[in-house]
Amino acid sequence: MNMRKLLAFALLAMLSSAPAWAQNINAAGATFPYPIYSKWFDEYHKLHPNVQINYQSIGSGGGIRQLLDKTVDFGASDGPMTDEQLQQAGFKVLHFPTVLGAAVPSYNIPGVTGELKFTPEAIAGIFLGKVTKWNDPAIAGANPGVKLPADDIVVIHRSDGSGTTYIWTDYLSKVSSEWQSKVGKNTSVNWPVGLGGKGNEGVAGLLKQTPDSIGYVELIYAIQNSLPYGTVKNSSGEFIKASLAGVSAAAAGAAKSMPEDFRVSITNPPGKEAYPISSFTWLLIPAQIQDPAKKTAIKDFLTWMLTSGQQFCEPLAYAKLPKEVVAKEQKAIALIQ
Amino acid sequence: MATAPSTAAAAGLPWGPRALIRRARSADEIARLVTLFFALVVVLIAVLLVYQLWTNSAQARHSFGLSFFWNTTWDPVAGQFGALTFVYGTLVTSALGLLIAVPIGLGAAIFLAELAPRRLSDNLTFLIDLLAAVPSVIYGLLGVFILVPLMRTEIQPALKRILGFTPLFQGPAYGIGLLTAGLVLAVMIVPFIISVSREVLLAVPGDQREAALALGATRWEATWRAVVPYARTGIMGSIFLALARALGETMAVTMVIGNNPRISASLFSPGYSIAAVLANEFSEATGNLYLSALVELGLVLFLLTFVLNGLARLLIVLTTGRGTAERT
Repeated sequence: MNMRKLLAFALLAMLSSAPAWAQNINAAGATFPYPIYSKWFDEYHKLHPNVQINYQSIGSGGGIRQLLDKTVDFGASDGPMTDEQLQQAGFKVLHFPTVLGAAVPSYNIPGVTGELKFTPEAIAGIFLGKVTKWNDPAIAGANPGVKLPADDIVVIHRSDGSGTTYIWTDYLSKVSSEWQSKVGKNTSVNWPVGLGGKGNEGVAGLLKQTPDSIGYVELIYAIQNSLPYGTVKNSSGEFIKASLAGVSAAAAGAAKSMPEDFRVSITNPPGKEAYPISSFTWLLIPAQIQDPAKKTAIKDFLTWMLTSGQQFCEPLAYAKLPKEVVAKEQKAIALIQ
Repeated sequence: MATAPSTAAAAGLPWGPRALIRRARSADEIARLVTLFFALVVVLIAVLLVYQLWTNSAQARHSFGLSFFWNTTWDPVAGQFGALTFVYGTLVTSALGLLIAVPIGLGAAIFLAELAPRRLSDNLTFLIDLLAAVPSVIYGLLGVFILVPLMRTEIQPALKRILGFTPLFQGPAYGIGLLTAGLVLAVMIVPFIISVSREVLLAVPGDQREAALALGATRWEATWRAVVPYARTGIMGSIFLALARALGETMAVTMVIGNNPRISASLFSPGYSIAAVLANEFSEATGNLYLSALVELGLVLFLLTFVLNGLARLLIVLTTGRGTAERT
C-alpha cells in the first residue's frame, strides 16, 4: 500500500512539473492530408502555445480504429465512415471536411505527346479490362487527330490501400454500373486487371517504366512531379483538366445537396467547371468530449482551420473548401458538446 | 560432483522458495536460471505471437473456415477473402529464389572454404557479409530501376524465344512479375547461403579431408565426397535460413512482384505474396472482417514457415548418413 502511495505521489509530481496550461491533443489517420494537417497544427500551436496537437499519419483505417478504441481524441479519414462503423462506435462521430483531393489519369504512350481526353466510358472500360488497345474507338473517338497505337494497354493501380484509390473507384462506381456491381469502391478493391504499385511514387515509377501504360495518381503528386495527365469529361460534357480550382468547383457543385453529416461523395458532380474525380477528406470528431479544456481547444482549432487556416492550403497544393461548405461546417461546430 | 545429489533433489521441487535460495547460492545456478529465462523469453514471444494472430483472426476464421486456404478471391468490397493466390505467390517466388541462389551460394562457399587462398577468401567473405546487411528497400529499388527494364527489354523476350513453348514463359513481358521477384530474392539470399555454408565447411575437421586424399582422391573428390557430405546438416541449415528470409521478405518483393492476386502458370505474370499484401493493405484496412482476414494471412505465413521448417528438419534427419552421425 505504501509503495502504491509513493508511486502515485511520484506520478503526480511528474505530471504537475509539466506546465499546467499545456493541452495535448492526440489524433491519427489519413496520410494524404498529412502535409496540410501538420502545417495547420504547427501554425495553430504558434498562435496558441498552450495547445499541442500530435497527429500520426497511420492511414485512414488506423485512424478510424484508434478513434473507435478511444486511443486518440480525434481521427482523420479519406473515406467517410460507413453506417456500420458509426453504429459500432457506440458514440456519435461528426465528420468535418478539411481539404479536397483528386485523382488524375496519367499515361505513358510512346509517340503520343499531346494531352489525351478521357470519357468516363473509356476509363471504366480500360480499368474493367474491356478496352484493351489504345486505338479502341472508346478512346480514339474522343481524341480525333491523335495517332494512337494498336498496342495493348497496361493498367496500373495502387497496391496499397489509399484514399486515392477510394476516390478513383468511387468515381468509376458512379459512371459505370458494371464497375459498381463487379468491383465497387474502397481503399483497396479486387482489381479486374493490372499491375499494382505501392504509393503514388510506385505507380508513377511503373508508368515511367512501362510503355503503353495508364494509371491514376493523386493530383498534388502529379503537379509536384510534373507528370503528364489527361482531361476527363464531366457530367456537363466538358473535358476538364484537373486543377485546384476545378476541384473546388466540384465541391461547390456538391455543396447544395450536402447532407447534414457531411458524409458525401462529390465525384461526378454537376457544374460546368467541376473536375469529376475528387473527394473531401475528413476529420472525425466525437460529438461529446468529456474534458472541457480539450473540447474548447478542438472547437477553437476547427473555427480557425475553416477561416485563417485556409490560406495555407494552396501553397501546399491542396484545393480549398468552397464558401458554402465552410459556412455549413461553422454551424456544425456547435454540435460538439 | 558432491553437489550432484542436492541439485537432483532440488530439481524435483524447482519452484519452492527454499529450493530457489539454496540453488541461488551457486553462481552456476544463477547463470543457469538467467540463461534459462532468456531461452524461455524466445519461446514466450513465439507463443504470444501465435496467440495474438489466432485471437485477432477469429472473425475471419469463423466466416471462412478452411475455405480460406483454397479460395482465390480477395475482395475487400464484397468481404470475400481467400489466401491461395498469396500462398502461391509466396511459394513460387521463394522457390525461384532458392533455385537460383542455392547452386551459386553453395559453389561460392565451396570455393571460399576449400579452394581459395585464405587471404582472398577472408576479403571476399567480408564483402559478402556486407551484402547481407544491405537494407531490402535498396534491393527493391535496384530491382525496379535496373532489373525491371532489363527483364522487359532483354531477358523476358529472350526467354520467350527459347522457352516460349512451355507455359512458364508466355504472356506479355511487363518486366515486373513472379520471375523478377524470384531473381531479386535470389540476390538477397545468396549472401546468407555463402556466409553460413562457408563457416560450416571450414569447421569440418582436417582429418576428413586428409583421409580422403590419403585414399587417392583428387582435391575436388575430397571436397565433394568427404567434406561437403560431412557439412550437409549445416549447409541445409543455411538454405533454410535463406528460405525463411525469402518467405518473409516484404519491401523488395512488393516493389517488383506486380501486386496482383492471381494464379497463372506463366512466371512473367504479376503475382502477390503474403508479406507484400500485409504491408500494402494493413494500414488502410477498414472494417473488422477485412482486418481479421489480413491477420489470418499473417497466421498462414507463420504456419507456412513452420511447416517448411519442419520438413527441413525431417529432410536433415532422413538424409544424415553415417558419415555425419557422430556430430551432435
